[in-house]
Amino acid sequence: MSDAAIALRDVTFAWGEAPPVLRIAELRIATGERILLKGPSGSGKSTLVALLAGVLDPQGGTVEVLGQDMKALGRAARDRFRAGRIGLVFQMFNLLPYLSAVENVVLPGRFMAGRAGKRADSVTHAERLLAALGLDDPALYRRSVAKLSQGQQQRVAAARALFARPGLLIADEPTSALDSDSRDQFLNLLAAECAAAGTTLLFVSHDDALAPHFDQTLTMAELAAARPV
Amino acid sequence: MPIHLLALKSLWSRRYVAGLTMLSIALSVTLLLGVQRLRSEAHDGFTRTISGADLLVGPRTGPINLLLYAIFHIGDPDRGISRATYDIIAAKRSIAWTIPLSLGDTHRGFTVIGTDENYFRHYRYGGSEPLGFARGNAFAGSDDVVIGSEVAGHLGYTLGQRIVLSHGLAAVSFADHASHPLHVVGILRATGTPIDRTVHVTLDAISAMHLPPPSPFAGVASSDDQTRARADPYSPYALTAFLVRLKSPQMIFTAQRAINGYRGEPLTAVIPAVALQQLWEVVGVAEKALLVVSALAVATGVLGMAVAMLAGMNERRREMAILRAVGARPGQIFALLMSEVTVLALGGLGLGMVLLNLLILAFGSRLADRYGVIVRPGLPDAQDVALLLLVLAAAGVGGLLPAIKAYRATLADGLTVRV
Repeated sequence: MSDAAIALRDVTFAWGEAPPVLRIAELRIATGERILLKGPSGSGKSTLVALLAGVLDPQGGTVEVLGQDMKALGRAARDRFRAGRIGLVFQMFNLLPYLSAVENVVLPGRFMAGRAGKRADSVTHAERLLAALGLDDPALYRRSVAKLSQGQQQRVAAARALFARPGLLIADEPTSALDSDSRDQFLNLLAAECAAAGTTLLFVSHDDALAPHFDQTLTMAELAAARPV
Repeated sequence: MPIHLLALKSLWSRRYVAGLTMLSIALSVTLLLGVQRLRSEAHDGFTRTISGADLLVGPRTGPINLLLYAIFHIGDPDRGISRATYDIIAAKRSIAWTIPLSLGDTHRGFTVIGTDENYFRHYRYGGSEPLGFARGNAFAGSDDVVIGSEVAGHLGYTLGQRIVLSHGLAAVSFADHASHPLHVVGILRATGTPIDRTVHVTLDAISAMHLPPPSPFAGVASSDDQTRARADPYSPYALTAFLVRLKSPQMIFTAQRAINGYRGEPLTAVIPAVALQQLWEVVGVAEKALLVVSALAVATGVLGMAVAMLAGMNERRREMAILRAVGARPGQIFALLMSEVTVLALGGLGLGMVLLNLLILAFGSRLADRYGVIVRPGLPDAQDVALLLLVLAAAGVGGLLPAIKAYRATLADGLTVRV
């Protein structure tokens, strides 16, 4: 057990009998850090995200997230751990189109251990997050996300990922569809929210221009080549 | 947000497909419950073709055969009962009333029954429905005739219509009683029993049509008459059968034994309700087949639901992946799918009930008028509820396949949809 937000050692993953798509000798990210992880398409970034989220199991090695060995958790416990401790934002935002903005944000509360508390508190918290992330028109909160712009949808996705006050926020190329101004504004807001909550941020992208927003930049190639200490 | 609310919102986002799926379940439920109600009503109607009479008495024969020709007018009796015997039994003190039944003539394919005024006064069908007149009233003389609703409807007869009966029970007869025309004085309301297809005349009319002109000795049945009656069931001296109501129901078995052992001539007395039940066991196979067909319709509806859900499953894998990403367990994805199945099935059941009641409201009176089948709108009874629960269980089984597929897909896909 370590006090790092993320600690991976000798991790390999393959789909079935195929050759491994991911090899990581070692990865350590300290709590509260903001990390940019880069790598070309097909380098295993999304697989790494799934391993950290506890949705996939590695064939070898250990994956510790927020001090928890993911392999030691049963499937249901891992799902609850993800709902309560890990926030995820995807490239396509992955919102449920039949729910409103607020309903999408409070969704993790439905699946967290012990639930998120009272519904009214959840909604207030969700609205505060949406406002903090730049979606400050309350008229949009009850609107179906399918009727929001891409930028607005992205803020809803980020608010959903931060809803459970997660220890770790993993963002998988969420800014690839945005122009540079919107992207920078979004990253600043996201970083501020993470700092306020003490959340570690792992931001996956292949965009070099994002590096100034982060404490450290890692590449998939470096992770594969690193030797365990 | 509770899973069932999520299921409702998800279904609403696919409301056209969900609506059609629900409609297909609703139509099969309407068919199933409709058949069940008609079946139940037909059974009740059949077993209550006649009520209120304690015994049906005829010449010595089997109970079902006697019931078939005396009540349902199917088949021919091979002998009759003399009127003298009828008079003796009808005069017994333990008997409240009797209704004589004399068959042997037809009118354009419809059975003619010779009887007396007791028929209209005491005959009961259904629970204990008396015969009622849609128009006119009971016969008063030998020139009068009362016709059933189907006779009137089919032949277009109204009050005052002049008709001539034909001799024999064949559909086509070449011997008309043209010398004794009759006039329609009453048209009965539909009963849903063979009475609707019957022409009723007085026993005197039967005699008048068949006997030679009266002699000074008319009205006294000789022993020769009795012999002739037994040999020829259509003799004007004979009755085909008669119904008996006893003053005390406790006397039924005693009276039945006494009549069966009557020494004057060989007779059979049966309890109508018992004989009707025996007959239903023979003819009830058809209604069971109908229920099987409607159950197959339900199976088709449920299968349609499973197919629609399976077909949409590939498009929904992204939705499942999102739910997994926010912490939903595979079991909760399974529960979500089963909630959707439950919503579709319950919606289908509710809609099916509404459709059935609307159909009953629209066509119920026509069913009653034309076939005497009385089906009333209303909430499901215990039998309906049992059937509805079976449909719900079938929908649950049908929904297992897409739910299991969704469960497996979420495990395989993880956070992204893999093809």
